[in-house]
Amino acid sequence: MESETLLWMSLGIPAAAAFGIPLAGRWPNIREGVTLVAAGALFLTVMTLLLRVLDGERPEAYGFEVVDGVALALAVEPLGMLFASVASTLWIVNSIYSIGYMRGNNEPRQTPFYICFAVAIAAAIGVAFSANLFTLFLFYEILTVSTYPLVAHKANEDARTNARVYLVLLMATSMVLLLPAIIWTYVAAGSADFIQGGLLAGAGLSAGMLTLLYALYIFGIGKAAVMPVHFWLPAAMVAPTPVSALLHAVAVVKAGVFCVIKVTVYVFGLDLLTETGASQPIAYVAGFTVIMASLIALMHDNLKKRLAFSTVSQLSYVVMAAAVASPLAILGAAMHIAAHAVSKITLFFGAGCIYTAAHLTKVSELDGIGRRMPVTMTAFLVGTLSIIGLPPLIGVWSKWWIGVGAVDSDNLWVVAVLMISSLLNVAYLVPIASRGFFMPPKDAKPGEPIAVAEAPLPCLIAICVTAGLCVVLFFGVNELEALLLPITEGAAPAAAAQAPADLAQGAIQ
Amino acid sequence: MSLIQAISAAAGGAAAVPAGPALGLIEQLPGLQVALPMLGAVLAALLRPGWLAYAVMLVVALLSPVISFAILHEVLAYGPISYEMGGWEPPVGIEYRIDEANAFLLVLVSIMMAMVTIYAPRATASEIPARLHSWYYAMLLICFCGLQGMAITGDAFNIFVFMEISSLAMYALIAMGKDRRALVAAYQYLVIGTIGATFYVLGIGLAFALTGTLNLVDLAVKLDPVQDSRGALAALAFISVGIGLKLALFPLHLWLPNAYAFAPSVATALIASTATKVAVYILVRFVYSVYGVDISETMAYDTAFVLLLASIAMIAPSLVAVFQSNVKRMLAYSSVAQIGYIMVGVALLNEAGLTGGLSHLFNHAIIKGCLFLAVGCVVYSTGITKIDQMAGLGRTMPLTMGAFVVAGLGLIGVPGTAGFVSKWYLIQGAAEVGYWWLVAAIVIASLIAVFYVGRVVELAWFREARGAAASPRAPAPEMLAVTWALALAVLYFGFQTDISAGVPAQAAEVLLNGYTGGAMPVAETQGGVSLGE
Amino acid sequence: MELISAIVEHYNYWAVIFLMVGGLYIVVAKSNMIKTLIGMALFQTSVYLLYLSPGKVLGGTPPILDKAIKTYSNPLPHVLILTAIVVGVATLAMGLALIVRINEAYGSIEEDEVIDLVDREDAAE
Repeated sequence: MESETLLWMSLGIPAAAAFGIPLAGRWPNIREGVTLVAAGALFLTVMTLLLRVLDGERPEAYGFEVVDGVALALAVEPLGMLFASVASTLWIVNSIYSIGYMRGNNEPRQTPFYICFAVAIAAAIGVAFSANLFTLFLFYEILTVSTYPLVAHKANEDARTNARVYLVLLMATSMVLLLPAIIWTYVAAGSADFIQGGLLAGAGLSAGMLTLLYALYIFGIGKAAVMPVHFWLPAAMVAPTPVSALLHAVAVVKAGVFCVIKVTVYVFGLDLLTETGASQPIAYVAGFTVIMASLIALMHDNLKKRLAFSTVSQLSYVVMAAAVASPLAILGAAMHIAAHAVSKITLFFGAGCIYTAAHLTKVSELDGIGRRMPVTMTAFLVGTLSIIGLPPLIGVWSKWWIGVGAVDSDNLWVVAVLMISSLLNVAYLVPIASRGFFMPPKDAKPGEPIAVAEAPLPCLIAICVTAGLCVVLFFGVNELEALLLPITEGAAPAAAAQAPADLAQGAIQ
Repeated sequence: MSLIQAISAAAGGAAAVPAGPALGLIEQLPGLQVALPMLGAVLAALLRPGWLAYAVMLVVALLSPVISFAILHEVLAYGPISYEMGGWEPPVGIEYRIDEANAFLLVLVSIMMAMVTIYAPRATASEIPARLHSWYYAMLLICFCGLQGMAITGDAFNIFVFMEISSLAMYALIAMGKDRRALVAAYQYLVIGTIGATFYVLGIGLAFALTGTLNLVDLAVKLDPVQDSRGALAALAFISVGIGLKLALFPLHLWLPNAYAFAPSVATALIASTATKVAVYILVRFVYSVYGVDISETMAYDTAFVLLLASIAMIAPSLVAVFQSNVKRMLAYSSVAQIGYIMVGVALLNEAGLTGGLSHLFNHAIIKGCLFLAVGCVVYSTGITKIDQMAGLGRTMPLTMGAFVVAGLGLIGVPGTAGFVSKWYLIQGAAEVGYWWLVAAIVIASLIAVFYVGRVVELAWFREARGAAASPRAPAPEMLAVTWALALAVLYFGFQTDISAGVPAQAAEVLLNGYTGGAMPVAETQGGVSLGE
Repeated sequence: MELISAIVEHYNYWAVIFLMVGGLYIVVAKSNMIKTLIGMALFQTSVYLLYLSPGKVLGGTPPILDKAIKTYSNPLPHVLILTAIVVGVATLAMGLALIVRINEAYGSIEEDEVIDLVDREDAAE
């Protein structure tokens, strides 16, 4: 099939699912069937595209001009391909998990839930494949709007208030900061297309202007949750767990950091940022966020809140690495999108399983849970170790490259931040697993065997798959690098472009 | 000449005698555009059962868009049309002069009229006593006729006549609202509206005394040498303030919220989506075409000052809208704010800005029309106008509130909706001249829209329905269909911008050149009557 | 002297200004709706005068074509104002009709009192 057709299909399949789901709304099994079939079809489509991109093809699709010289258009480049692959893979897993979770908890209004979910996926794919800033912004906002009902799903006072925070903060940052930044770029560069080497390379903005513009972008992309625009993420924890997984792993925050990398590489260009140092202040802010969010995570007893702040911290890894603006750090940042996605979704699935099977939400209540739910907690442990960055799990590679990239560009402080935050990761994540496995349950009588009471089967399948992915990706890192290395082509000095391949070889051996 | 004025006003050009050999229907389209609704109005007023009057209105309303599209097509293909009313040559006779700008406006007004007409019968039946139906439809037609006339004519005094024709019909329409407050709203509008119109005539009178002509093109030519004179500037000032009152330009907007809030649903939708838009057009016509862009350099018309006022106009009424308890009044305040956006575009004096302003004029008409019609559906099904009572409506009337959400997103300016396209141009226009504070004002005003739209959406979709909202009457299919047609248009024009931004871009170019800018053939003037010699 | 002659020679404009400002003042200051409409009518009338008075050409005759006559008064302002008067009458009628209805609905034609009642209704919502 034509690559262009495949591109449109990757948008069309989830969108069509959004129309199909309400039609099948009366028959839950068929309705979930629609979701799963769409997820499968999307996965196949995206994988076909992935193979072609690995072969060096760069598919494009042109819609129509909306504003003078700005069109709705799609174009695949490696970074977007990675994000689309992550989102489409995890949609399948998340759908299976959702079925178990939503039915297990007898959630109301499941049809709108699945509709919004499908729209959000379509938007995420749109963000991934956008060829210019307008298309990116379009799908970015659709993503915000379509996830708002998901966050407010429970429709009680708490859900409404927090969903309001979610919507207003994301809307406010995108409209007040991101949109002016986009139009500024458009006016300055005369175009809004993503260009290898950087759109603004020849626009002649001064270093101060570039710094301001870069800040507008980073804080405007509220989904990247750099402090102080991170409030929405903990607030969105009121949503059901599959939604949290969607927000944290599949689509929303990933769309945020993806946009950050994309803007860094294709709008500013690494050379321009290195020359002017325009992104350096943001790197410090992100570094601060990494540490600060970890510390806050340490203080939260609510499991999902703790995971939320962990996400804030992990996202800033990506932003920090992007702002460092060295080719290897970009590689690490892009890889961290995938690494954090599979690791964090495992943790959230774990939290959801615990809630579904045992109705526990606090870390302090989890004593002995590992004996009641061994499968869940084993997978949870895998996710934990991957986040911390231990081999043989994918988390180690992204931290490695971010560190190498930082050294490469003389930002040794970044390495320090990485080390401190890894220690903090240990401090706030490991106790959850260790309590579960090593502490006796509070209500257990000594000597009595503890009955295994696991979560519904779909949930278990999902969590095992994602935990497995953490391992598989560790060994598949060569393919990831092969996909991602062309991103910084042309921008990086020749020596540095050569380096990663050698380093990667060395590291594997 | 006044006979012609009177005839064209009373009979809408029915007595038009074509000049020259052109007798084809195409040549008569501009005349028809005004004559049809006026004849329809007379007929509707005479026919007794309400449905007969409605049938007349339906025929007129469905024919009008066809005519205006034909006119737009002609203009885009062959350039401006000049139509000599009664066969008298301009500048002595009244000229209907149609270029890109007003052809675009004619399309907008006639489409909205057609939409509202299809929507009207059941909404009318539930809000207006049966014995008044014929009068009501006649009033709608007269209002429509006046608006079309304002848009189409090229004669300054003729504009006044049509303005008052539409205004008088509007006063009556507003007073027909169910609530007794509608009467007070209509009275206040009448006083303010009349003062506005009188200011306008005053301005025209001064210009007339200076130049001895009322034809807009001729005025442009004859004002050119004297336009720095005190008389010309005073004329522009009077015209601006007069039109400002009519178009509810902040801070001259006080009549608008109650008028929109208490008028019958159909009337609100029509007035909100067209009347202020036509008034904006008249202002644009005078500032750009008659006086020319260069006037801003010479007069007290300091652009930054107007932009500052427009910024306040965007933000202050938006804030007021957040705290309204009546949903129609909330939308009305939002309209005042949106007029601020349009004025920003008009006052930016560059092509991107003016394109944004004109395109927002179109987009906002659709968006606000859709919102008011959705509210009309709610009123029809439940009788609810208070926001608090709308809780849970999303679950009991999902289609209606779905359309409300879509149009609401358009109002906020989310990309993928029509509202975004015009905001893009406005921000671009502001960025091009380096007014960053204006960019900030535009985006902040959009953000406030998140609050007032979001408030209704959250109530409607994430709460349990109680009272009237729990058991609504089944919605009327044609009302829903029209509301959704507009909602889909909001999405459609978010991507397909040939009409909503392409034509305004051309119109902006024409307007920026002005009548005297050389881009347009200027009628050689002879025998303009001058005064007091 | 020049100033005085400027004032005296343009006495028609002074009349216009007086009527205009007086009319506007009444509209703004009077609470009684009938009086407000009277002010409005005065205001409109001032504009009629503004148009009409310069139309008279000194020594001119009514504009009827005749070979013997060289100077005509300008007919255009008169016919314009004829239209404006029709509009003015219609507006006045409309306004008076509204006042009758307001009186029926609220039992008062004092704007202050009526607006008090309206505000109370607003607050009750």
